[in-house]
Amino acid sequence: MAKAMMQKNMLWLQSGGCGGCTLSLMCAESPDLLTALELANIRLVSHPSLNQASGTETIKILQDVLDGKLRIDIFCVEGSILFGPNGTGRFHMASGFDNKSMKTLIAEISQVSEYVVAVGSCAAFGGITAGGANEVEARGMAFDDDIAGGLLGKKFLSRAGLPVINISGCPIHPDWVMETLYQIAADSLTPADLDHLGRPRFISNKLVHHGCSRNEYYEFKASAEKLCDLGCMMENLGCKGTQAAGDCNIRPWNGSGSCISGGYPCIACTEPGFEEPGHSFVETPKIAGIPVGLPTDMPKAWFVALASLAKAATPKRLSVNATSDKIAIAPISKKHKGKS
Amino acid sequence: MSKLVVGPFNRVEGDLKVNLDIADGVVTSAQVVSPLYRGFEQILQGRDPRDALVYVPRICGICSVSQSVASARALAAVLGVQPPHNGLLTQNLILGAENAADHLTHFYLFFMPDFAREVYANEPWHPETLKRFRAISGEASKDFLKARAEFLHLVGIIGGKWPHTLALQPGGITKTIEKQEQFKLRAILNAKRRFLERTLFGCPLEEFAALKSESDLQALVQAQDTDFARFYRISQTLNLQDLGKAYDRFMSYGVENGCQAQFFKAGLYQGGHIEQLNTALITEDVSHSWMRHTTKPLHPFDGQTLPATDDNGGYSWCKAPRMDGQPVEVGALSRQLINRHPLIEDLVKKYGGNVQNRVIARLLEVALLIRQMEDWVEKLMPSETFCHHHDGNFPDGEGFGLVEAARGSLGHWLKVKGGKIENYQIVAPTTWNFSPRDRDNVMGPLEKALVNAPVRAGETEPVAVQHIVRSFDPCMVCTVH
Repeated sequence: MAKAMMQKNMLWLQSGGCGGCTLSLMCAESPDLLTALELANIRLVSHPSLNQASGTETIKILQDVLDGKLRIDIFCVEGSILFGPNGTGRFHMASGFDNKSMKTLIAEISQVSEYVVAVGSCAAFGGITAGGANEVEARGMAFDDDIAGGLLGKKFLSRAGLPVINISGCPIHPDWVMETLYQIAADSLTPADLDHLGRPRFISNKLVHHGCSRNEYYEFKASAEKLCDLGCMMENLGCKGTQAAGDCNIRPWNGSGSCISGGYPCIACTEPGFEEPGHSFVETPKIAGIPVGLPTDMPKAWFVALASLAKAATPKRLSVNATSDKIAIAPISKKHKGKS
Repeated sequence: MSKLVVGPFNRVEGDLKVNLDIADGVVTSAQVVSPLYRGFEQILQGRDPRDALVYVPRICGICSVSQSVASARALAAVLGVQPPHNGLLTQNLILGAENAADHLTHFYLFFMPDFAREVYANEPWHPETLKRFRAISGEASKDFLKARAEFLHLVGIIGGKWPHTLALQPGGITKTIEKQEQFKLRAILNAKRRFLERTLFGCPLEEFAALKSESDLQALVQAQDTDFARFYRISQTLNLQDLGKAYDRFMSYGVENGCQAQFFKAGLYQGGHIEQLNTALITEDVSHSWMRHTTKPLHPFDGQTLPATDDNGGYSWCKAPRMDGQPVEVGALSRQLINRHPLIEDLVKKYGGNVQNRVIARLLEVALLIRQMEDWVEKLMPSETFCHHHDGNFPDGEGFGLVEAARGSLGHWLKVKGGKIENYQIVAPTTWNFSPRDRDNVMGPLEKALVNAPVRAGETEPVAVQHIVRSFDPCMVCTVH
């Protein structure tokens, strides 16, 4: 296992986003964010929220980077890149620079950085900011939705020879970022560790469905009918957990949570284009009663057969609990059945 | 006279730039610039109203829950649903957790590091401040981040995650809290209380919350070695009570506590008196914004958010909200003044709104909030329902949702037609505080507060300006959205 030999300088900029990825990252635990960076030998050169400097001091840091006087090993961008109006970037100008758009500043710094990391779905693919008619012309660093290109173009490789590392999610889980940074700090992250969308495979090798606390309801197609019901939310409530990259139900959020454990369907916020599902987030589009968005890789006929079989075999406990907001019938082990 | 452009401001949420005119060592005029436009109101038009609850939290990473609650209330108004007892309490708990976490994030990570600046190197308190509060390296930031992360486990239990918590709904929340979780929530709050009593206040929360006057406060702080005392002593040596006064016109939408009576009262404070709030008198003016100009300021129900595609003479993406034609200041100071907390009444009577009082009100509110949250947890009834359901069919109609976010009054105004969003307009707390001038050339509250700020010889980042700007705890991503 590689070790961080040299201190790495990390620069973080926020573009057209909400800052939520930083706020989520600040929820990092064991250890806390600042301790974690210190121990990984990562020096935070500049960050909009975690920073002693401001104004001209910050501009000097950025200018030194552009002039080649300050080495940036890890360049993190949070938020989508705004090209509007009409390609000018005027919807987001860089404060402290004379008439420079953020998109230009970010492109320039990307060219001189060892590793470039897009933090969150906005920076990766455009994200929520690209929703609706996208009049602000929001794009990702290296993708526009799932189409390669974005701000930096299809062929972009950072100085370390990697494409933009896309840690998607809205927001990111703090561990997704930290565990990527740990690998970068040790120069251990390689192109083989990334999937076709530039996402670390340790995240996209998993589906939100994995470890879902509602798995038994899923197995028996015991479905929730309304929000608050305990059943599986895939059939009726638009849950995309079986199609979305992420380990949200294996690695909990804020101690013990996940969207699904909070009673809300997965909206696939790690996937390009999640902001425009083409239907309400809480409704599953169906054709002839069969959900359109089937689980990743699952043949339709197999799903239909399995689902009807599972439905026929659903224990009463599950069918009752699935449409209840509390456990109405508790599981009883076979050994104790009939006794009390 | 000289001109100075200050920005980018770090340690505020989002992007901010301030243009200053300076003469004889003081600021004579200020323009507050919000440089980022994303267009959330445009993104929301024409959608299924339920989906607003996916988009609006993403306006802001630091006050996402406030946005969700405002939206849930606006949707509830159109639907005619009311959350049950448990639904209101859990919504309040999630919002309370966000507000308390934000107030403390502001204090520890955004505001206090300014006292570790070089400019104060000769002050007797500087070495200790450097060690404790300097950004990143200060010991307080690590202690605080750990306590913050553990505190937000509360939202993990009730809402699944923070930020961008999807569990908040017009009829309550989608999670049913079980009995053992109720006990866990209590334990999380107890741990938060312990951190605050040991590190920040140096006394029981009740004692801090019961302070009645400036002299009470001084007596408490005198012998203390706590973070609050450190702030207060610095503030006294720098006379922060004389810095950053705006119009002394304050507004609060009030906070529901789920048991009819309001936990924090609503109202408008002007000319030394509290008046009843009338939200029908709210308008947004775009005369100095990079927005397509309207013939007159519009009420948010009829509001428009259409960016100008060429230079129209404005200087900010922010609009200028006005209450009955006047700028108002919002935030914890406004809330506690309108709620008639005796300590805040005394401080405002003596010094008005200023840097010091804004910070004190925020921390006082943390003490009040944690106690109230403990009470809300006790009142949860796990055997009962947490959400009243609607069938998803929205009638034609309009509704608005008001909420007090950490930074002040937040409102969502919604019109539904044919089951779709016909118009959706948002007026956020920092839109009020950091508004540009209006058609009568009246400055926004921060612009006003910056006038007469001292500028030391040779300063490019006037430290007084830094304190004044951060005393509002701006959230720039909410401001324009």
